[in-house]
Amino acid sequence: MADPVKTQSKTAIWNDPTFRSIAFQVIAGVAIVWTFWALFDNTMTNMERRGITTGFAFLNETSGFGILMSLIEYDETHTYGRTFLVGLLNTLLISVLGIFAATILGFILGVARLSRNWLISKIAAVYVEILRNIPLLLQIFFWYIAVLQTLPHPRKSFNFADSFFLNARGFYVPGPVPESGFNIVLVLFFTAIIATVFIARWARKRQDLTGQQFPVFLTGFGLIIGVPVVIFFILGAPMSFDYPALKGFNFQGGITVIPELIALWLALSMYTAAFIGEIVRAGIQGVSHGQTEAAHALGIRHNPTLRLVIVPQAMRIIIPPLTSQYLNLAKNSSLATAIGYPDLVGVFMGTTLNQTGQALEIVAMTMAVYLVMSLLISAFMNWFNNRMALVER
Amino acid sequence: MKKTFTVLGVVAAAMLATSASAGTLEDVKKRGTLSCGVSTGLPGFSIQDEKGNWTGLDVDTCRAVAAAVLADANKVRFVPLTAKERFTALQSGEIDILSRNTTWTHTRDTSLGLNFAGVNYYDGQGFLVQKALGVKSALELDGASVCIQAGTTTELNLADYFREHGMKYSAVVFDTSDQTREGFEAARCDILTSDQSQLYAIRSKLGNPGSAMVLPEVISKEPLGPVVRQGDDAWFNIVKWTLNALINADEMGVTSANAKDMSMGTNPGIKRLLGTEGDAGAKLGLSADWAMNAVIQVGNYGEMFDRNVGPKTPLAISRGLNALWNKGGILYAPPVR
Ligand SMILES: N[C@@H](CCC(=O)N[C@@H](CS)C(=O)NCC(=O)O)C(=O)O
Repeated sequence: MADPVKTQSKTAIWNDPTFRSIAFQVIAGVAIVWTFWALFDNTMTNMERRGITTGFAFLNETSGFGILMSLIEYDETHTYGRTFLVGLLNTLLISVLGIFAATILGFILGVARLSRNWLISKIAAVYVEILRNIPLLLQIFFWYIAVLQTLPHPRKSFNFADSFFLNARGFYVPGPVPESGFNIVLVLFFTAIIATVFIARWARKRQDLTGQQFPVFLTGFGLIIGVPVVIFFILGAPMSFDYPALKGFNFQGGITVIPELIALWLALSMYTAAFIGEIVRAGIQGVSHGQTEAAHALGIRHNPTLRLVIVPQAMRIIIPPLTSQYLNLAKNSSLATAIGYPDLVGVFMGTTLNQTGQALEIVAMTMAVYLVMSLLISAFMNWFNNRMALVER
Repeated sequence: MKKTFTVLGVVAAAMLATSASAGTLEDVKKRGTLSCGVSTGLPGFSIQDEKGNWTGLDVDTCRAVAAAVLADANKVRFVPLTAKERFTALQSGEIDILSRNTTWTHTRDTSLGLNFAGVNYYDGQGFLVQKALGVKSALELDGASVCIQAGTTTELNLADYFREHGMKYSAVVFDTSDQTREGFEAARCDILTSDQSQLYAIRSKLGNPGSAMVLPEVISKEPLGPVVRQGDDAWFNIVKWTLNALINADEMGVTSANAKDMSMGTNPGIKRLLGTEGDAGAKLGLSADWAMNAVIQVGNYGEMFDRNVGPKTPLAISRGLNALWNKGGILYAPPVR
């Protein structure tokens, strides 16, 4: 019995299938890396020979241009490296806002399309058919022009209670200015979130063991919102507001939401919502009706059936295509340049590239950002999907 | 397997290397047309009419080069480019000349692998404002929103100017000149900034041109001119000397109408320029009548100016800085000798 093992172990190592498969993969890997390195090196040498500056030193040079909107401190005395960050954050902002709104709107649409109310389901159907069949770029222009044309000049702004203003330059809202003591409220808020997570875990375990339920939602709400709010007022409301006011040409102070952001957000989320709506509808329809009947036969009422039986199974159908919609949205956000929203492509691959002329480095960095962003979204959705899949036992 | 990849790598590497090879002059002659990068539409400099014909000062500069090299001013393929795209298009070899109201700056000349072949229009940056704002000077612009085109020197000058005067601004950046103008018309910004010559062009395209005015301040030097790739000195010389020939012709009074006669005249300078004496053409690798073709088919610099941006055109720009050095301007071309 020991013989065959012995003979096998004596065969030459290059005949060992495991070894061979690993070896070939290593060779292929090395070859690929080498090819890319050779391409890169060759390009760099060629560019140097032609007198084109290469390398990443430009990231430390002063940018010398202004950017319309920045989530971090920025002015023209900062570096090109900083313009990269500003653009990146603006891209992340529009992607997150878009994903958020598109998801909500998409789920509403998906459910509406399945509604037994003829009017509601038809409205949802018409919405989906129109929005997903018009090119996104046109929709972005439409919203931008629609937004700009309907809004007045700053001197004739729409005025809401002397604190909110709306005009062609944007939506101006009072900016909160935290005063001493506000940090306590913040700390409480975040502690409460962590506490709620633990309470939820404990409650689930206890329910599994004893069947006793615990009002996690109410407790969490009280801890996260209630406690900080009460403390906030006990501390004497340590927060003031910086109100926007018309000074010279424009409103100054407070927070400005630029029209480019509004238009891009509307266009991206409404467009993507049309696709998400279809995904949600397919997901719900994909759960066989027998499931509902079985749940009802067990005496489970309609709402719990939906929440505990239908939705968890539908989610497993919905999540994979939903992920690709999220990826699309994040990548589509680069159409921002068309209307001058200062996203990564506009600020970094646009102006910075043009001022420095370092196309290769800048394009590579920009591509890397979109790649990493997409991989992160995928990773998160895979994780979420796995969690959802576990619900089925 | 490894070999396949090696071969692949070599092929790809070779592909990257080839575009740097053969001289532009030979390429253009073989192709039979000149590839010229222009703007997407800027009256007076480079703009396409409904029939697809290109006109403008920058367009004529390319036509003159085509006339000098191919003896036919019409053998030009115009490639419209936004400010952002233009340098990449030239670096990658998609175009032979970039003639797109491009400012000659230190960074562009030294780090992009490009050479500026001269200046065909001396410009400076200015501001266009809505008359209704009641602004009389650029120094009153603190806090203004400014519509501007991406990838231009304009973006940097604006920042410098506002910083120098301790003023704040917010820049709304668009890709093309039309989008910039639309933003201005929709009151997205208070002012539009660009090279002054272009401000008049943009103003002429406004729904109501009378509603806007150009402020008196000129905040920068914008010498605009044709650009070629670095490393091809023969081609660089051709473009440089075609432009010089046009300016010299203007100075010597050689026009498209009289060039033929003047080449038979007695002035040796003119005869050298027009190829009836000496071998100026051969030294550039061109035929003897290179400059003659350019002047006859396109006109001298003055004719180009008058036809495209001069007082009788909608832009109504006077020669000003762009007059010859002996007529109060700074236009001065080295002699053909
Ligand atoms: N001379 C400046 C500005 C050139 C520029 O692009 N100007 C704009 C004026 S708004 C233009 O020509 N636009 C025409 C187009 O987009 O095709 C530079 O070289 O950076």
